[in-house]
Order: sequence, then structure tokens, then C-alpha cells
Amino acid sequence: MQVEQFLELSAQRSPDKTALVCQERRLTYREIEEQSNQLAHALIENGVERGDRVAIYLDNSVEAVLSIFAVLKAGAVFLVVNPTTKPDKLAYILNNCRAVALITDSRKYAGVEKYSAQLPFLNHFFVTGLHATPPNDRRLKVLSLENLFNGARFSKLPLPKKCIDIDLAALIYTSGSTGKPKGVMLTHLNIVSAATSITTYLENTTDDVILNVLPLSFDYGLYQVLMAFKVGATFVLERSFTYPYAVIEKLVREKVTGLPLVPTISAILLQLNLQDFDFSSLRYITNTAAALPTHHILQLRNLFPHVKLYSMYGLTECKRVSYLPPDQIDVRPSSVGRGMPNEEVYIVDDHGRRVGPNVIGELVVRGSNVMKGYWEAPDATNKVLRPGPLPGENVLYTGDLFKMDEEGFLYFIARKDDIIKTRGEKVSPKEVEEVLYGLEGIAEAAVVGIPDEILGQAIKAVITLRDGAQLTERDVQRHCSANLEDFMVPKFIEFRDSLPKTSSGKISKRELAVPVGAGE
Amino acid sequence: MQNIQQELRQFVIDNFLFGHGNGNLRNDDSFLDKGIIDSTGVLELVVFLEEKYHIKIHDRELVPDNLDSINNLVRFLETKLQHAS
Repeated sequence: MQVEQFLELSAQRSPDKTALVCQERRLTYREIEEQSNQLAHALIENGVERGDRVAIYLDNSVEAVLSIFAVLKAGAVFLVVNPTTKPDKLAYILNNCRAVALITDSRKYAGVEKYSAQLPFLNHFFVTGLHATPPNDRRLKVLSLENLFNGARFSKLPLPKKCIDIDLAALIYTSGSTGKPKGVMLTHLNIVSAATSITTYLENTTDDVILNVLPLSFDYGLYQVLMAFKVGATFVLERSFTYPYAVIEKLVREKVTGLPLVPTISAILLQLNLQDFDFSSLRYITNTAAALPTHHILQLRNLFPHVKLYSMYGLTECKRVSYLPPDQIDVRPSSVGRGMPNEEVYIVDDHGRRVGPNVIGELVVRGSNVMKGYWEAPDATNKVLRPGPLPGENVLYTGDLFKMDEEGFLYFIARKDDIIKTRGEKVSPKEVEEVLYGLEGIAEAAVVGIPDEILGQAIKAVITLRDGAQLTERDVQRHCSANLEDFMVPKFIEFRDSLPKTSSGKISKRELAVPVGAGE
Repeated sequence: MQNIQQELRQFVIDNFLFGHGNGNLRNDDSFLDKGIIDSTGVLELVVFLEEKYHIKIHDRELVPDNLDSINNLVRFLETKLQHAS
């Protein structure tokens, strides 16, 4: 089984069913299938080969969904880049995986085009929303997506299969402790396995209508469309949760049955006045990225008494680890549940030996959902993929400290390294520190995560200034927001005269990670 | 009107652009398209409008047509203020 077959099989079964609702557009499975075939033919005709990497740099949109399936149909590997990624990092990612094509919109194209000279591996831009045909005498060719879909040049018919299920399907870039992002390599088998397990425990069917407001660059968002198409459901895609009432009205109008949340969205949802809305169609809510505060769970249960609430936990390297069956949420609200179907999870000590109940250790995941490794980063890969119980197999060391109760339910304790998890995304303190050091006037900077009920962790930057330098909190945040994705911008900035040091002269982060307002 | 427009621009620039980009923000720029505002930002904007202009914004009015650019905000606010007086 390959990932694009999620779409192909559903298009065969129910071609006229609504597959995708996005802003004012509604597309059937046949339309998605045919247009993604057209784009796949165009990719191949323009030199994209089996295993090539094609980057998708778009907001949540029809084109983003079509692109994901088109790249797979062409036998290539897709990566969805967060649309708030800044040029330097985008260039790093494109060059790191040697992407041959970039699919984007005209506004982002205008920004990237200036950096073309720094993208030696890229051959093609596929651009949506172009007003004029750009000059095509340059090394980098530019093609209009609209021309391609509306013309007769590219066939709507399916393409012959080139891949097998141990070929790569996707790369998902995630923060690494070195400060440079790493590409998580996912095979077709990895994705099909994870999607099968998750749709099994969520009991998804073709009758489901799944509403997604999370970016498709985030694996939790990406899997919503993959799983919806796998079961032949309807996928309602919103760009964001920026205008919550517009999203809620859509949820009611489209009779949405499944709503994936993260704690930041649930916090906003609980501030809204929702008594006039009819939520009777809603069947389940999922939460992952960070644990929901217990009082949110209670409020969500009161607001949606008929809805099944799934508390879950995962990491990009294996997609999902665990889920708490909805009937357990009132019994053990702070647990993230048990391993999902067709996956084994256990906890080990520092020597790799399994520990008993209620002992804290590192969580290990074993299953066909575990990634193939990090793209061209063998050292980083060997740190997390280590020999498992069977000869020759690897299991995933998550770097997360957990404990398990007598009945096998998991409780998150902390990260083993200093990676910050905020809004469900991993942030490398080093990556933020490097940006801070780029600001004139900063002498020393240390970035730490501090506990935050909603974000999981909030990013705090502690800074000392050079003599005579005058920087405000706002100057620092402005500089960060110009150079980092939105979720990486520090929420708190603290200026100090000096930073605490360890005996070896390194900055002592332990002392800095004090919650804001926790009596100084 | 000029006044309101200036006040709104200043609020958006101070709070969502960290005081940056006065010259870059056009009055018809969509906050969504430009990635200027998120859902927490919308709620902050509403609190600001309600307190500053003594109006009550209803839940159903929190839509892009009313809030998603300086021009949309000015138009929305003028309608609200007319109805209030």
C-alpha cells in the first residue's frame, strides 16, 4: 500500500463525494484525483524522478492538498514547509534535501525568487495565483498551476506506480539540538501504518467530516487530510483558527464530526460564547502536542458532553505514540494513554533495561510507524534509532521521560535534552540563540523553556547587553519575528547584568528556567 | 476617520508587528495573508476596540470582512459608531 492510494481508492469508490471543502471551494474525490494526476504528469515531464524531493510552501489550501498527492503520484518525496518559514531557513531546508521543485503561491514566490542563486539544486517553481507569466529564460523555470489545471496539456489519467512501500514518501523537518533542522524520513509503510492505527482507534468512517485548522506542515495537521482520504471522509480545511467564530460556523454548517485540537486552540475555544451553536454532529475531539490542562478537560466535557475526547501524545519520528481511550479521561485525566494498535511502547533505564511500573525512564517505541532515520544525518539517527529486541531491528528512543502505571497507562515527565516543546512544535534553544546573537548589542543569550499551561512550554530568552547597548524587549522580539517562524519567537524576554555559569564556564540553564512570576 | 485609521494602524503596528514596519503595512493588506495576526491577536484587537471606542462587538461580527485589514476595520468601526450614536 502506498500513501497516494488513500486518494485513488476513495476516488474509485465514491468519485462524486465531496472530498475537500476549503474557503469557498468544494472538490469531489474525482476532481482531486484528476487534478493531482495532472500535476504529477507535469512534475514528471519537467524532470522530477522517483525519489526526488519536492517542497510545498503554501498556506493551508486546495493547492497544498493537490500537491501532496501529486508529488507522491510522481513517485517523488514531498515536504511541506511551514508557510511562516523565513528565507534563510527555507534555503537551508531546500538545499539540505536537494529539492528539485518548489510549489508555492505568487506572494511567497516573490520572496523566494530573490534567493534563487542560493538554491543550486532547484529547477522549477510551480506557482499558484500568478498574475502575469514570468520570464522563462532563466535557469529556474516557473510554471503556473492554474494554466496546468485548466489546460489540456497534462492528462487527468492515473500514472503507473514506480515505488514500493519501503520507498520514502515524505520528509518532515523538525528542530534538532544542534540548532539546524533535521528531515524526518518517512516511508510509505511508516505513514500507512500510523494512519491505519489512528483511524482504527478513532473509529473513522466514510461518514466522518474532519475539520482541520492546523498547518499541514505540522504532522498532526498533515495526517488529518491523509486519514480523511484514507477512509473516504470529507476534509474541511481552514487556513487557521484566527477567526474562531468563522471556523465554528463552518463546523456547524458542514456538520463536522471530528475536530483535532492543540491546547492553544482549546484555550481560545473555551473563551468563546458557544451556547447558540448546534454541535450535535460532533463525534470526537482529539488533543495532542501538549497535555490538556485538567480544568480544560472538565470544561470541554461540560461543553460537549456527547463528544468523545481523545488525549494523545506523539512525536514526528513515529507520528503518534499513544492515546487515552475516551472512557478513561475522567478516570486518569493526566495520562496520555497507551500505545496505539500495532505498536509496542516501553520504558527503559539509562542502560536500556526495561523498568517496572511507576519508575521514570526513557520511552521507547517499536513499530512500523517508526521513521527510517534523519535525512543524511547518520550520527543524529544513531542516537535515536537503536537496536531493538529482534536481531537487525531498530527501535525509537524518544528522548522523553515517562512513567507507566500498573495498568500500562503513560504519564509524561520531561524531555531528556533541552529541546523546548511549545505549541506542539519542537524548538531548539540553540536555533533561537543563534538568531539572538545576530542582533547588534546582545552580549550573551540563553533560551529556555518555562512551564506554560497552554503552550506546554513558553520560550524565554535571557539576555545580557554589551556596554552602552540599548535594546528593548520589543526590539528583541521584532528581530526574532523577522528571522524565525512564529512559534519560535520568545514570549518572554529578560535582561540581566550577567548570566549564571557552571564551574566549566557554560551558561547554567537550570537556573534560568524559572517560571515567570514564580517569586524572585 | 483619518484619526481612527491612524489609531488602528498604531495599535496593529505596536502589538502585532512589534513596532516595526510602519511603511510596509498598507491599509488594504489582509492581516491573514501577511501573517500579521493570529487568533489570540483577534481577541486582543476586539478588547482594544471595545475599550477604546466604547462599543460592544458581537461574536458573530468577528469575521475577516470586519477585521482583516485596516480598511475593513475602519469601515466596521464607522458603522458601529453610527449605530451607537
